[in-house]
Amino acid sequence: MGEQWAPVALVLVSHSRALAEGAAQVAGQMAPGVLIVPAGGTDDGGLGTSFDRVEAALQDATAAGRSAVVVADLGSAVLTSESVLEVADPDVAARVRVADAPFVEGAVAAAVTAHGKADLATVLASAQAAGATFAVLPASARAAVGAVAGVASPAPAPEAATGPVAADDGSVRATAVLRNPLGLHARPAALIVRMLAPYDAKVQVDGVNAASVLDLMKLGAVKGDVLTITAQGPQASEAVGRLVADVEAGFGEV
Amino acid sequence: MTLDAAWAVDWVRRSAATVTEHRDELVELDRQIGDGDHGENLTRGFRAVVTKLDGLDAPPATVGEVLRLVATTLMSTVGGAAGPLYGTAYLRASKSGSATELGPDGVVALLEAALDGIVTRGKAGVGEKTMVDAWTPAVAAAVEAADHGAPPSQVFAAAARGAHEGAMSTVPLVATKGRASYLGERSAGHLDPGARSSELILIAAAEAAADAD
Repeated sequence: MGEQWAPVALVLVSHSRALAEGAAQVAGQMAPGVLIVPAGGTDDGGLGTSFDRVEAALQDATAAGRSAVVVADLGSAVLTSESVLEVADPDVAARVRVADAPFVEGAVAAAVTAHGKADLATVLASAQAAGATFAVLPASARAAVGAVAGVASPAPAPEAATGPVAADDGSVRATAVLRNPLGLHARPAALIVRMLAPYDAKVQVDGVNAASVLDLMKLGAVKGDVLTITAQGPQASEAVGRLVADVEAGFGEV
Repeated sequence: MTLDAAWAVDWVRRSAATVTEHRDELVELDRQIGDGDHGENLTRGFRAVVTKLDGLDAPPATVGEVLRLVATTLMSTVGGAAGPLYGTAYLRASKSGSATELGPDGVVALLEAALDGIVTRGKAGVGEKTMVDAWTPAVAAAVEAADHGAPPSQVFAAAARGAHEGAMSTVPLVATKGRASYLGERSAGHLDPGARSSELILIAAAEAAADAD
């Protein structure tokens, strides 16, 4: 079994055993090929972090030459993880990174990336990019979105993008090209879900439910991919037009 | 006059005694601006260290050996941020204390290493209402004392005084690191529990050093 795990494992360090195990379950469902080791709570099952539990989890995670990304929740979980690494075998510590990432989102994003057999730096970057998921939009993104929203018709379509077209079955269909370097990772996936929420429409991207962050992330869409967007409902056309514009604007990341 | 492993063991025992004696005070300080577990955690951690010392077949040979035992035990037994912070402090200090006897410069090196560990782990600077506010003036006072030719016990006494002044300086501060930072402005007007426990531990070091004279 051991050889079948992806080369980068995850260690989830939380103050709560239940929280660590729950996050491992959620991330594991998304990425069954990744070894995800929860290390939550104190030795007696209370709230807190345990040096020994984190140390044991890191040993499991880094066995068989694997690398590992640690995702931790509150302050001392990070401190405990870093302390374990300070006293760990330097060869092992060199293969471990502690992500500056939100716990659940970081774990999910890192797991999905690791599942694709990505290397340590890429998995770490994926976890840390999830940190922007629920942050306020950067000014550049607000400007891009505002400019698009301000015009009556959809933005002038760049090459390969097509505006909303009504199909025979009553659904609206369009395509758009992913522009941002990291593709459809956690932050843009969450932006899509939140942006679409007020519209009275059911929207799909490449056939998956655009109201689900996890489903969108699972597409694994990367820069340059052409997304097919479909929608049904009274505001299907508006929703698709807005989504095409946001995708083509690169979610403020370009 | 120099300090040896026996002094370090005495320091640890006195540290355990003083944090136990001040357990309720530390709990109350932490309850005001944190989660209230500092006194309990430190008491449990140092009790575990003493248990380990008592169980050793032979007494440790160097200061570094004693401090490494303290570091690994505190990291394993103290939940919350204090475990990794004190653990790293003792760990770094243990690396500076590999010699069998500490002179004034050795004491300064030990204290500098401990402060360096706390800063590395906690990423806090002076004025953020943390342990760093006690340890920074403690190190400065120790350096000054050593520069004036003071013996190790006087270097530690100076460090303890510096830690006291530093701890008191945290009262008006607004926390920007750790759990207390969640309170923002409301953290002002309270003594930082980590700065207070740092002071207690350095007083214990000075008392053990005075006894060793």
